[in-house]
Amino acid sequence: MKHDFSELRLDHVTRRFAGAGGKAFNALDELTLTIRRGEFIALLGPSGCGKSTALNCIAGLLSLSGGSIWLDQTRIDTLPPEKRGFGMVFQNYALFPHMSVAKNVGFGLRMRGITGADADAKVAHAMKLVQLIGQEHKLPGQLSGGQQQRVAIARAIVIEPPLILMDEPLSNLDAKLRIETRAEIRRIHRELDRATIYVTHDQDEALSLADRIVVMKDGVVQQIAAPKEVYEQPSNLHVARFMGYRNVLELDVAREDGDRIALTGPDIALTGMRKQPLNGRRAAVAIRPDDIVVGGNTGDDNIVVAKVENVEYGGRDSLLDVVTPSGTLLHVRGPVTTARGDSVRVHVPVRRALVYPLD
Amino acid sequence: MTTATPAVARAPFDRALLLVMPAAAFMLLLFIYPFIYGLLLSFNPKNGGALANYTHFFTTDNLWPTIWTTLKLALPATLINVGLALPIAYKMRNKSRYQRWVTTILVVPITLGTVLIAEGMLIYFGPKGWLSQFLQLIHLYTGPIRLTHNFWGVLISLVISGFPFAFLLILSYITGIDPVLARAASTLGADPKAQFRHIYLPLLAPGLAMCFCLAFVQAYSVFPSAVLLGSPAGPTRVISIAAYEAAFEQYDYSLASAIAMIMGFVQLIIVAAVLGLRNLWYRGPVSGGKG
Repeated sequence: MKHDFSELRLDHVTRRFAGAGGKAFNALDELTLTIRRGEFIALLGPSGCGKSTALNCIAGLLSLSGGSIWLDQTRIDTLPPEKRGFGMVFQNYALFPHMSVAKNVGFGLRMRGITGADADAKVAHAMKLVQLIGQEHKLPGQLSGGQQQRVAIARAIVIEPPLILMDEPLSNLDAKLRIETRAEIRRIHRELDRATIYVTHDQDEALSLADRIVVMKDGVVQQIAAPKEVYEQPSNLHVARFMGYRNVLELDVAREDGDRIALTGPDIALTGMRKQPLNGRRAAVAIRPDDIVVGGNTGDDNIVVAKVENVEYGGRDSLLDVVTPSGTLLHVRGPVTTARGDSVRVHVPVRRALVYPLD
Repeated sequence: MTTATPAVARAPFDRALLLVMPAAAFMLLLFIYPFIYGLLLSFNPKNGGALANYTHFFTTDNLWPTIWTTLKLALPATLINVGLALPIAYKMRNKSRYQRWVTTILVVPITLGTVLIAEGMLIYFGPKGWLSQFLQLIHLYTGPIRLTHNFWGVLISLVISGFPFAFLLILSYITGIDPVLARAASTLGADPKAQFRHIYLPLLAPGLAMCFCLAFVQAYSVFPSAVLLGSPAGPTRVISIAAYEAAFEQYDYSLASAIAMIMGFVQLIIVAAVLGLRNLWYRGPVSGGKG
């Protein structure tokens, strides 16, 4: 398998599984995606959304039920995994417990018939890249979780694969290590300049690592876009919810003025920007807690008056649960001085209130 | 007077340990006591000094060769059992529709006693048995078929009765190995053959050694099938027959004990050798990381 390619093309890739009661369901439904050389793609979604299925299909660990996968002009979905030559990092590392770290890292080279000084040099280079020099002769069981993960990364990159696949590689690490290793992965990606497909359910990981994010739900792609766009302009309500738009209010549509939609509720009136065509007199408005401003000027529209029900201290600011007289709950970020029982005025910027049809 | 503080804080006696008592008593009464009794008895012969039984065994022409006769049956039977069970268990490692059926069929013989197997084999493999008649019917082989009352009869019966045991044991070892390791190996370029050689085999080696030992000990103490399917006076005069004759035909319990001790010693040597080899291999967890 050649090491350079200009694009990997997934063409209507579909994978069916037999579900409960013998009914087949599409774990992955017509995924079409083109990945360019050097690009970092994150497949993002909750568990069961088909992101790992997609990765396993690309790796060759699962056969396709439909569609095809192309590496430039070569069709690869018919090849077994050992012929594809992609490096893969598994969620539970999958290090060979009976081999030393160096043997683990060198395994792919050995399978390719690369031995001796040549292999040693490549292994040493990979070990240096993941900063594991000096651990070569240990068994995986003697390493910490973070070190094991780096061995797994070294093992995948030592074969200089055209494409690196990572299946939730950080989910078994603690919070601090996760952030450190995330930076490592980004650095290694930059140094190697290989295409990487990274599966995760963590939006922060996807946002910080990826050039493009593929948001999935129930096997179907919801949005493919750059992190900034997915974060700021989710294409539908599902993506919005997943990207941290915790406030989703169902309101009546009062007025449509181009993309500006005025919505009303019992004691709430909000104007927001339409992101999708609406399908009735009711619509959902999605707002991120960080976008809501506590205080706000009297002249502004989009003001909600509410009472603080709950305060979660968060250091720089607090996460507040505020409730309007009729019982509408909003999650808001506010100053740490706010106390339970306070009455607050909150302002929702029009551009940050996104309006979607109800789902 | 000041109260003395205890010098060392001792861990309180864990009363749950008392639960071991019945098992310990069982071992003591049914294994250790008879063993010591037999050992002492073997040094207390009817005639002669303490070692008379052992010198008698190793100088009598129909006694000492039974060690080799038994080894010649038990070693091939064990190798065949482990050797057959390994590839079949490897094929059965993934849960599939057939797995349960195949496993059930392969394991059925374990529920049959050796005597039942022997009876069946006499009918099936005998000179006028079904196999012989069938081969003659299709003119594949018309000569006499002698698979009973000789070495082969006993060997076949040892395979039939020993295989399910080896198969189940190896299957449990194989299914304990995380299949994601083989998948990881495949993404690194290992074809199925290389996956078996580099991943499964090294991780299985300690289990195979254990399986070999257990299967061997079982085969080395062969008795009913050696009598019923073999020729107990000749090529399948195994060591347990010699012990049986000493005990129940010559009523020399002391000699019989000595023979049993020799039998145990041979088993111990083989087991120790195999387990010694096992130490050369990796032993430890067979999963590939956390979680």
